[in-house]
Amino acid sequence: MTDEITPELFEHLVDLAAFAFDPKEAEYLRRELNNQLRAIHQLESISLDPDVPLASHGIPYTPQSSPPLREDKWVECDNPEEILAQAPQVGDGYIIVPDTPPTKLD
Amino acid sequence: MSILKHSAFEIAQKVRTGELSAVEVLEEAIRRVEAVDGQPGSLAHGDLSEEDQSKVHAFITLTAEQARQQALCIDEQVKAGEEVGPLAGVPVSIKDIFCVKGTPSTAGSRILANFIAPYTATPVNRLEEAGAIVLGKVNLDEFTYGSSTESSAFQPSTRNPWDTSRVPGGSSGGSAASVAAGEVLLSLGTDTGGSIRQPAAFCGIVGLKPTYGRVSRYGLIAFGSSLDCPGPIARNVRDAALMLSVMAGADPHDSTAARVPVPDYVASLDKGVKGMRIGLSPDTMQIVFPDPKTGDMVKEALPAEIKKATLQAAEVLAKQGAEIVEDIPMPNLVYGIPVYFVISRVEAASNLHRFDGVKYGHRTQSSFRNRHEIYRQTRSEGFGLQPKLRILMGMYVSAAQYSEQYYQRALRVRSLIRSDFEKSFDLQGDYRVDALLTPTTPTTAFKMADVYGDSILMQYADQLTVPANHAGIPGISIPAGFDGEGLPIGVQLMAPDFKEETLFQAGYAFEQATEHADWRDRQPQVLRSSGGRE
Repeated sequence: MTDEITPELFEHLVDLAAFAFDPKEAEYLRRELNNQLRAIHQLESISLDPDVPLASHGIPYTPQSSPPLREDKWVECDNPEEILAQAPQVGDGYIIVPDTPPTKLD
Repeated sequence: MSILKHSAFEIAQKVRTGELSAVEVLEEAIRRVEAVDGQPGSLAHGDLSEEDQSKVHAFITLTAEQARQQALCIDEQVKAGEEVGPLAGVPVSIKDIFCVKGTPSTAGSRILANFIAPYTATPVNRLEEAGAIVLGKVNLDEFTYGSSTESSAFQPSTRNPWDTSRVPGGSSGGSAASVAAGEVLLSLGTDTGGSIRQPAAFCGIVGLKPTYGRVSRYGLIAFGSSLDCPGPIARNVRDAALMLSVMAGADPHDSTAARVPVPDYVASLDKGVKGMRIGLSPDTMQIVFPDPKTGDMVKEALPAEIKKATLQAAEVLAKQGAEIVEDIPMPNLVYGIPVYFVISRVEAASNLHRFDGVKYGHRTQSSFRNRHEIYRQTRSEGFGLQPKLRILMGMYVSAAQYSEQYYQRALRVRSLIRSDFEKSFDLQGDYRVDALLTPTTPTTAFKMADVYGDSILMQYADQLTVPANHAGIPGISIPAGFDGEGLPIGVQLMAPDFKEETLFQAGYAFEQATEHADWRDRQPQVLRSSGGRE
């Protein structure tokens, strides 16, 4: 069985997902990804009529069952301090983050 | 007899009339937790002692003092002649995937270990408004990703009250174990691929996955947003019906909470099954899974005891007047797990990108030079392997160049799975069933560590439950006996959209008809050994 997720592709995914792994973790994750993909390939054996729709939800939503959208209006948050208290670094009511490094576009 | 022998329905009635006080019910529940639960799950855990291995470890956070205040308040309201809700004085536990204001809401993950929720989830609010007493938050697979509760960052992970060398199932393992061990009467769980029904089956209790949109997801830390369903876990069908009746209904905070009237589930319980058509499908009497060595799909018959329990349940329902419709073809259910491997991962990856060490939750203590390094170090330290696996898979199968092959195809196969159910429920169709009866799980509870780490085998434990999540329909697991090792077997009933009432009626009819069966007298191991025998 060939591996669909090669070590190179795995490294690319890891970079995109903002992770870092030691070799043992990387080996486990890449193996499980490839095993899951083998199970997923079972779907390719299905002859799909082009009319079969994409189902984003199982149940259909009708105008009767869908709640009306809320009015688009500003509502004051009653506990902003509590929410800001969860952030690791704040100042003057703002969440502080370090600089984003510049990215060279290809 | 312990107060906790009573059902939630009975306890609420007794509290409402003053026959019992909410405080004495709560104190009994706290004593039970002290007797059976052992050390709570935590990030700082060591080796397990022999005693640890004999305990349940359902709770991560016990909010006993807060619960005492709630209970006192209920008792004062009763004394003052004020109206109290239908769950007055009933101790409940909450899966730690729901936000409860002022309490740690961890999702079983290091990345949210220090997160204190600034608001309360709608289903929890509704339980509290109905008079329920929240005793604490219970353990789960990290971010609900698993079927054994072993992947929680908070260890020791929960153990099965019937045999503490075995898993309670998952991901709502803490919920199911806390109910089965009598620590609480009810628990709020979530079901994305079977996470209420599978642990309910493993722990010998009742668990209902409602129709998608029946219960608000506001305040639920999301896994698969098109699949997640909050729902009740209870010792019997009436209690599950009562719990759903207070939680269900539209919510201005969740645009997917459907505007569909909520029936009085309890009032209609004893309608019985006379004239009800209940279907059996050969496609749910087998297990299909990939061979670990070759990757080829292998088809095997279900374990004989599980198949027998399901057919016996059909016989019991037939004796109560149901018409059993056999041989319903459901050829697409076999694709439930591969479809789930795609859809749930895409949704999980999308939902988990928000955890980055900037706004809340864990932030790395390592030095960093820029924001990218905060993200990378925080996420690497904060997430366990199972969330990482889901994020990587979700990103891969939804990438622009692969999306048509994987994600879009999976969404279309999901339509086929739904169509299997629609054909069986179609009132003008060949089968016209009101409900389908299947086993809940292909096995009973497995040993701790036997499956953990094998993401394929673990996921295939959900193959009989996951189709209902794809289709959005409701499903209930009810106890139906025990296997030769003394482990509970559950059977599942599934019904059309928003027909939870049918499931409760059929489940209640089965419960009444088997009320005096010998297996109903069995007690979980932890109650026998703690002297809490009832």
